Amino acid sequence: MSTLEKPTRADESNLSPLPDACGHFGRYGGKFVPETLMAALAELETVYLQAKTDPSFESEMRGYLRHYVGRPTPLYFARRLTEHLGGARIYLKREDLCHTGAHKINNTLGQILLACRMGKSRVIAETGAGQHGVATATVAARFGLACEVYMGTEDMRRQALNVVRMRLLGAKVTPVESGSRTLKDAINEAMRDWVTNVETTHYVLGSVLGAHPYPMMVRDFQSIIGREARAQILELEGRLPDYLVACVGGGSNSIGLFYDFLHEPAVRMIGVEAAGLGIESGRHAARFASGELGVLHGTLSFILQDGDGQIRPTHSVSAGLDYPSVGPEHSYYRDRGRIDFVSATDAEALEAFQLLSQLEGLIPALESAHAIAYVKKLAPTLGKDQIVAVNLSGRGDKDVEVVAELLKPLTPNS
Amino acid sequence: MNRIDERFRKLRESGERALMPYLTAGDPDLLTTRALILECEEQGADLIEIGVPFSDPLADGVTIQRASQRALQGGTTLTRILEMVSDLRAECQLPLLLMSYVNPIFHFGFTRFANEAAAAGVDGLIVPDLPPEEATELIEAAAAHNLHTIFLIAPTSRPERVRTIAAASKGFIYYVSLRGVTGVRSRLSDDLEASLRMIRAETDLPLAVGFGISTPEQVRRVATVADGVIVGSAIVSLLEQTAGQPDQLKRAGDFIASLKVATKK
Ligand SMILES: Cc1ncc(COP(=O)(O)O)c(C=O)c1O
Repeated sequence: MSTLEKPTRADESNLSPLPDACGHFGRYGGKFVPETLMAALAELETVYLQAKTDPSFESEMRGYLRHYVGRPTPLYFARRLTEHLGGARIYLKREDLCHTGAHKINNTLGQILLACRMGKSRVIAETGAGQHGVATATVAARFGLACEVYMGTEDMRRQALNVVRMRLLGAKVTPVESGSRTLKDAINEAMRDWVTNVETTHYVLGSVLGAHPYPMMVRDFQSIIGREARAQILELEGRLPDYLVACVGGGSNSIGLFYDFLHEPAVRMIGVEAAGLGIESGRHAARFASGELGVLHGTLSFILQDGDGQIRPTHSVSAGLDYPSVGPEHSYYRDRGRIDFVSATDAEALEAFQLLSQLEGLIPALESAHAIAYVKKLAPTLGKDQIVAVNLSGRGDKDVEVVAELLKPLTPNS
Repeated sequence: MNRIDERFRKLRESGERALMPYLTAGDPDLLTTRALILECEEQGADLIEIGVPFSDPLADGVTIQRASQRALQGGTTLTRILEMVSDLRAECQLPLLLMSYVNPIFHFGFTRFANEAAAAGVDGLIVPDLPPEEATELIEAAAAHNLHTIFLIAPTSRPERVRTIAAASKGFIYYVSLRGVTGVRSRLSDDLEASLRMIRAETDLPLAVGFGISTPEQVRRVATVADGVIVGSAIVSLLEQTAGQPDQLKRAGDFIASLKVATKK
């Protein structure tokens, strides 16, 4: 199978643009949706491709990213974390400083501008950690669109702060009681809504998941992260980083950071999945550790499933990583050996959560804490002249209640 | 000749429309499903759609979601469904179709699935989240066994797509009568007739209409413009309400009979 062969350097530097016209990244990706949605996907693709080459769209995006989202976000040298770990120099890409507190708004803004171009009066979204829901509710408020967000009741419990935020922003938050009551089930419900209201409604999908053109379009909107990081590291260090590290739920913050470096063979890229209670326990969300090829929510990728092709329940302390599939482009670059995948457990993420808070005064999102957890292992193995850039995809205010609860038995003086 | 083609030919001769009940396989167990299929045949059903339960049925409303959940809890798998069909085939003359989301059959392997489904006596396949563009492998594997692949057309499908879908379909075309998921609806859409006319301009295949059709009156109305009528959630809902009751089979049979009457002129 050709996609499993490792590429040579020459072919790394002249890869044809992905995905192909049908939305395939090698054998991954595609469009596996009910026929009712095919016309809407085609319309979205047409409008997106037009916008992409339209200077007025570009300048509109640039304006809102700068004045509303607060871009560019800093690339911050984490001096105390670097000293503590005693190895590579660690930089944090500060997506936590984006308006609403995570990278999600880079994509939400782009999609809502497209929704306006398509004349849609309503947007819907799914959300796990609540960050994508908050970002959608925020931009919908800014542009005067009706907004409904689907969220599993398990996630509403553990990300209660974000539920309040969405409602304050004027969005309707609809609880989802089916299945595992997490992100996967919220996507099912959002797709059912979209099939029903497709003429008036745009579905703002929150990661590089779903049917074509979503994985391509969301990647493009998030790739601003890596473009900025490249310019910033060149200015600060005069060279490219040796490693890029990011957590991987659906994969939007990771591909956003990696995309601009894919053609740089000297830059290694590592995606960190959620190992939950440990891979052996079976209670995790590490698709590349024990997943198999399959189709979920419109795209072919690696999926956690049982022997009969039924989707398996996942677990992670972090709602944003608690999902049984992963963006198809990640599967493609994993096969080619271009992106490596590792995982961090709940316990490791909690430890990293505290470490970053105490050493740098930065409370990370539990999702981002998974990336920090891996850096904690990686940095000490590298020389002091090496550079690691980590995506701090979001801030952790939303998680403090859950973390406090989990740490209670461990802190005798509280 | 495939049983589906044969059935539509006979119905055309007699001026009748096809009644196609949908059953979620294994709700609550496969023995019940087997008995229900035979009862449907007895009461005049023309083709049966056997739903393969999936953990994430995103084209289905709550009724079929719950049925799928019950079936999975009872241990229903694709392998067991094929065994049930194979066991039933000697007693049942009806065309039998499997309706499955793509992942269970992708995981099984398209080629292996087509081989085993044909060997069990299945006549057609409906995969609601597999558009023709992604279905080349399944279409080829199915064609090798004279197993028909039936694709869906929606109210949002434009004429050029209708052409693509018609070209990939065999046996009949499944027209989704509304924007939305499966489930009982009190009203049918007004533009059904115009939509079917547009599709007939592109294909000679029989057109069966499904989604939301639940009463004999609705069946009668659809039967004036379509070649077949698919009734799913209304039957699944009746089975849910009569679960465990001794007259369940008879009540389901009576309902099927009342729907079948409505397909005759
Ligand atoms: C802060 C943060 N980081 C990461 C993620 C994971 O998503 P993705 O892999 O698409 O970046 C989420 C998702 O909710 C998030 O809120």
